[in-house]
Amino acid sequence: MLKYVLRRLLVLIPVLLLVTILISSLIYFSPGDPVRVMLGLRANEEAVASIRAELGLDKPYYVRYLHWLGNAVQGNLGRSLQRNEKVSDMIAERLPATLEMMVFAIVISLVVSVPIGVISATRANSFIDNLFSFFSLFWVSMPGFWIAIVAVLLFSMYWNIFPISGRGGPIWTASGLHYLALPGLILGIRQVALISRLIRASMLEILNEDFIRTARSKGLAERVVIYKHAFRNALIPTVTIFGIQIPELISLGVIIETVFAWPGTGRMLIDAVLKRDYTLVQGIVLVYSLLVIFMSLLVDLLYGYLDPRIKRD
Amino acid sequence: MKVEIDPNRQIGESYRKTVLRRLRRDRASFVGLAIILALLLSAVLAPVFTAYDPIKQNLDEMLSSPSLKHPLGTDRYGRDVLTRIIYGCRYALIIGVGVVAIQLFVGVTLGLIAGYYGGITESIIMRFTDVILSIPSIVLAVTIAGFLGGGIQNVIIAIGAIGWRDYARLVRGEVLSAKERTFVEAARAVGCGHFRIMIHHILPHTVGPVIAYTAFAAGVAILWAAALSFLGLGAQPPTPEWGAMLADGREEMRDAWWIATFPGLAIMVTVLGFNFFGNALRNALDPKIYKGKRI
Repeated sequence: MLKYVLRRLLVLIPVLLLVTILISSLIYFSPGDPVRVMLGLRANEEAVASIRAELGLDKPYYVRYLHWLGNAVQGNLGRSLQRNEKVSDMIAERLPATLEMMVFAIVISLVVSVPIGVISATRANSFIDNLFSFFSLFWVSMPGFWIAIVAVLLFSMYWNIFPISGRGGPIWTASGLHYLALPGLILGIRQVALISRLIRASMLEILNEDFIRTARSKGLAERVVIYKHAFRNALIPTVTIFGIQIPELISLGVIIETVFAWPGTGRMLIDAVLKRDYTLVQGIVLVYSLLVIFMSLLVDLLYGYLDPRIKRD
Repeated sequence: MKVEIDPNRQIGESYRKTVLRRLRRDRASFVGLAIILALLLSAVLAPVFTAYDPIKQNLDEMLSSPSLKHPLGTDRYGRDVLTRIIYGCRYALIIGVGVVAIQLFVGVTLGLIAGYYGGITESIIMRFTDVILSIPSIVLAVTIAGFLGGGIQNVIIAIGAIGWRDYARLVRGEVLSAKERTFVEAARAVGCGHFRIMIHHILPHTVGPVIAYTAFAAGVAILWAAALSFLGLGAQPPTPEWGAMLADGREEMRDAWWIATFPGLAIMVTVLGFNFFGNALRNALDPKIYKGKRI
């Protein structure tokens, strides 16, 4: 097991390297000069040149990249061009807020989509199944940020149930949970459409298998057949789609953070991009890729737990 | 070699006819097609459908709520929201077509090459796809669009530069199964070159799934472009682009809910249309789905 994890981590290194090369070349080849953004349009040439030299921006591309990489490996992601703070500190400060929203959303999406998927499968093509399938098609067609805006209008402005924006503290405090509830719910429920449809499809397939017939003919309660025999097997493809959905979850998270003024890395990324704070962008993108990669590793490990037939050696 | 027989194909009926017949029987495909046609018509005939100007300000009628004169109300500068939504169809259409064109070209080319040549070429292309996949799409799109400097054109480039990965994987899979078939061997035997085999013999086999996927991809492109504009990285005010309108109307949400609500609905209906049509196409093109059910 440990060996497998280590090997997977080793495979990640080239992918991560390529991610960093991609992002740094994107930055290098994009038009616009961060120093001019920093100093304003009327900055004199000497000041621009001296700051460029100070930041190492006058060096060729590969030198800059290798320098950045050498520092990044040691956990030093450089300093923000706009705020002159350490990028790693800025990210560390904002990351908990993003992570807690993600965990909350993942829990919500599972809690909601499992029953919907199971009910749709056991009553396939019934009224309720068609209703769910109709709504999920609508739901995936709506822009996430629009849902968020409308939800704020209804739940925060008209009915005053949830705060309009901001974060009220860590997730384990009452106020933190109160602030987190609306953005977290929107982010979580957004994933429900796809996941519940997939649970339905794989449940339907499994319910037709011989071992289900055996279980039923043994006289087991239907509840046991469905949850113990069928659902456990349906979990494997569900976990797969969950792994695939993680980057989407993160993507929508960035937008939701902006709508709710959530102090996470997503909103920081948008600000950094708009201000051309290259080092900060580079750092955040790296952290997001790490997040995706580690979450998919986690999903892989979950497989082994759910399906003992999959051997890790 | 097992020969695939489509149980629902009527004797003497061409594949194209079978697909069209199935599409005609599917009500959702009509709804989808109707929405897409409405989008097209509104884009082309925008000035015919509305008498107002989408950009010119009319400060006498600021923030007026929906009425007979302005069915969807006006915004903070007194511009008719319905008019702006109708003109917005143009941007949605340009974005949809532009993005899909880039994705198709890059994705199909890379997928075809990867699947056909295999070996190290395939490894390089697929690793590159993995890299793009390991960055959340909006994060990458925001970075590209932001650094290129915003605007519709850069939004199209940003989304096009990311979404091709799904085409590449789709096409590669189809090519892998097609290249083992006997007709490829036959083509090689009569002396066709690699390029000819790829374009004339293998590419046509990938067309079905690619077309169905394209309908979804156009919807997704419109959603993403709206998101980028919403974040301030795409179309800039006063462009009547739906995402930009939403961002604009958000500030007035409490007093004038209609400004942000209706562009959102427009996006939803459009994407829904593409999804309906994509679903119907996928079902019609796939012989397996209709197994045992003769329609």
